[in-house]
Amino acid sequence: MTETKERRRLVIPGEIIASGEDYLPGDFTRKEGKNIIAQRYGLLEGDRVIKIIPVSGVYEPRRGNTVIGRVSDITFNGWIVEIGGPYGAFLSLMECPRFINKNDIAEFANIGDVFSAKIFSVKRNSIDLTLKSRGLGKLEGGRIIKINPHKVPRVIGKEGSMINLIKNETQTEINVGQNGYIWIKGDLAGEEKAEKAIELVAKEANSEGLTEKIEKFLGAKIKKINPEEVEQEEGEE
Amino acid sequence: MDIPNINKNRIAEILEKGKRLDGRKLLDYRDIDIETNISINAEGTARVRIGKTEVIAGVKMDVQEPYTDHPDEGTLITGMEFSPICGSRYESGPPKIDAIEVARVVDRGIRESKFIDFKKLCIKEGEKVWSVLIDIYAINDDGNVLDASALASVAALRVARMPEYDEKTEKVKFGEFTKDSIPLTENIPFTMTFHKIKGNLFADPNRDEEDTSEGRVTLAITKPKKEYIINAMQKGDVALISIDELEQIVKESEKLYDKIFPEIDKKIEKLTKK
Amino acid sequence: MAYTKRLDGRKFDELRPIKAEIGIIPNADGSAMFAFGETVAIAAVYGPKPLHPQHMQDPEKGIIRCNYNMLPFSVTERAKPGPSRRSKEISMITENALSGVVDLKRFPGTVIDIEIMILQANASTRCAGINAAAMALAHAGVVMREMVSSVSIGKIDDKIATDITKDEEDYEEGEGATDIPFTITSNSEAITHLQLDGKIQTERLREAYDAALKASKKILDYQTRALKGEKIDENK
Repeated sequence: MTETKERRRLVIPGEIIASGEDYLPGDFTRKEGKNIIAQRYGLLEGDRVIKIIPVSGVYEPRRGNTVIGRVSDITFNGWIVEIGGPYGAFLSLMECPRFINKNDIAEFANIGDVFSAKIFSVKRNSIDLTLKSRGLGKLEGGRIIKINPHKVPRVIGKEGSMINLIKNETQTEINVGQNGYIWIKGDLAGEEKAEKAIELVAKEANSEGLTEKIEKFLGAKIKKINPEEVEQEEGEE
Repeated sequence: MDIPNINKNRIAEILEKGKRLDGRKLLDYRDIDIETNISINAEGTARVRIGKTEVIAGVKMDVQEPYTDHPDEGTLITGMEFSPICGSRYESGPPKIDAIEVARVVDRGIRESKFIDFKKLCIKEGEKVWSVLIDIYAINDDGNVLDASALASVAALRVARMPEYDEKTEKVKFGEFTKDSIPLTENIPFTMTFHKIKGNLFADPNRDEEDTSEGRVTLAITKPKKEYIINAMQKGDVALISIDELEQIVKESEKLYDKIFPEIDKKIEKLTKK
Repeated sequence: MAYTKRLDGRKFDELRPIKAEIGIIPNADGSAMFAFGETVAIAAVYGPKPLHPQHMQDPEKGIIRCNYNMLPFSVTERAKPGPSRRSKEISMITENALSGVVDLKRFPGTVIDIEIMILQANASTRCAGINAAAMALAHAGVVMREMVSSVSIGKIDDKIATDITKDEEDYEEGEGATDIPFTITSNSEAITHLQLDGKIQTERLREAYDAALKASKKILDYQTRALKGEKIDENK
């Protein structure tokens, strides 16, 4: 039983994580009397509104998410797509950027092919996907890797800083799905390096100095904005 | 998610270059870890990990009537299950053909190598013989469960202790163990599976590689003296294997045996002494 | 002779040495191992995921589906592989023990599959299985109001004993042995699973519950520590 909570500590369901009138129950918590109680395994977060940040568990689909999915079946009017998590998804012929004839469905994408798609509707058990947006479509070449979906924000980084660092240093195209599936395309060595870098970020998501660690791993030249060093560099050239 | 087509393409592409996606060479096995006596009520048990693949095998023994065509020999029955615990692609229910094949191929290697001295398992000819029962369970499937199953079975047999037998009542005293091992010979079978994709051979596939594989050949090899003997073989899946490919596989299996088996043998030998 | 000293020398409210660890099966969404002394259970959770065939789906909530399995070599006399009436019953009571604390309304039409394997058995296998399964569910990020902890309480002759062994189950002198496995929730201290076989006076049931409650708190501590990353092995 704790009165105060320490930031970012791992808690388990049923654990009393805060006690007092001032606290409010956020994500994955409930209030019972004075106590805020965790309802999911994850990291404690928040000052007044106490919430749990999940660290594990399947992907939970949200409208607007970009996901990467694999075609598992073809129907008369579209594709059934696996995106992981509790529900299957469906991509209708109508949601393709260009017109596709009913007879050409398999030609456009067959079982085993992968898409980068957006979720535009999450109804009770069904998820509807669309390709009608920039950057979406069938993915050709490259490879798909899977990480814990809860580490995706860290892999992307603030305003894409982490994923862009990896892309630039490995000369690869990378498309990150909110569902934890990531597409990487480049030459074989670049793809391998990018995959390892992404897995390192996912593994060390909560540690300090992660950006430096990744830069080091990638062998990136870290440019320092320091006039003296810039002069020296220019002199050496 | 089942393996995407583009991943299969990448696996095939990189094999052409003599490499694997995880950096291994074509015939490299992942790290092999062996623990024994992980379940004390059994006569013998072993847990084998090859990379992230994990398999547990247990040996139990009982006394029964011999088969009529082998009245002076003990018997061996091998079973295997891919329980849903080891991966989401498996459903609960009786063993399907994939588990049945693993059990039968593992059994063949042990039986045909004459690793178990069946004649020494005879108690009373025509009436009472020892029966060896091996049960194999996959705990985590990351490919090549077959090789792990064979290795776990052999390790479990080697560390097993015979139960007490009451000659008066002619019943096994389950739970009471003697200091005796199961009568085994020096023909220890080592089972290796080779896969091929577009004419490129490789060993010890992980799950994705196994899903991409077009065909496989499993061999159980013993080397009692200086000769390599094949005691069991199984060609799996639908691909066509040429005789040249087969001879290449056999040659590679000899090399792989020499490279991997002596160390594994030593590891298990140490475990039998505990 | 009355049962004044336990066969293995433990105190009457003492648990056997505990082992607990999470994350032991990489393919699973959540997994754990829990052991009471010589009884070792592992559990894997897969889900929530779509439930097929569709007609089995409940439009209002998801379901928990449990498969409890004792390995043939886990017991002294080999158990034939495959489900038995006993293992089917234990699968069901495990589902019931856990469903009460899981938020099943969160993902209607889905299933959470729980696989439990008993690697080694010396009584209390269902309790070890439930403890491992509860840890695996939490590890899998399943939304749960609280944890559950399970223990076998015995009445051996006339003594209430915590976490009984097979030898104690087989005790025949005096009033014999009564086996009362409980599963109790961590916060509300409610019972989500209860069975009894043997012979106990009605007035003593409360005493059995009190012993189970006390033990469940200790077990919860092990489950909590394991979930927070500890590899517990009291045998070492």
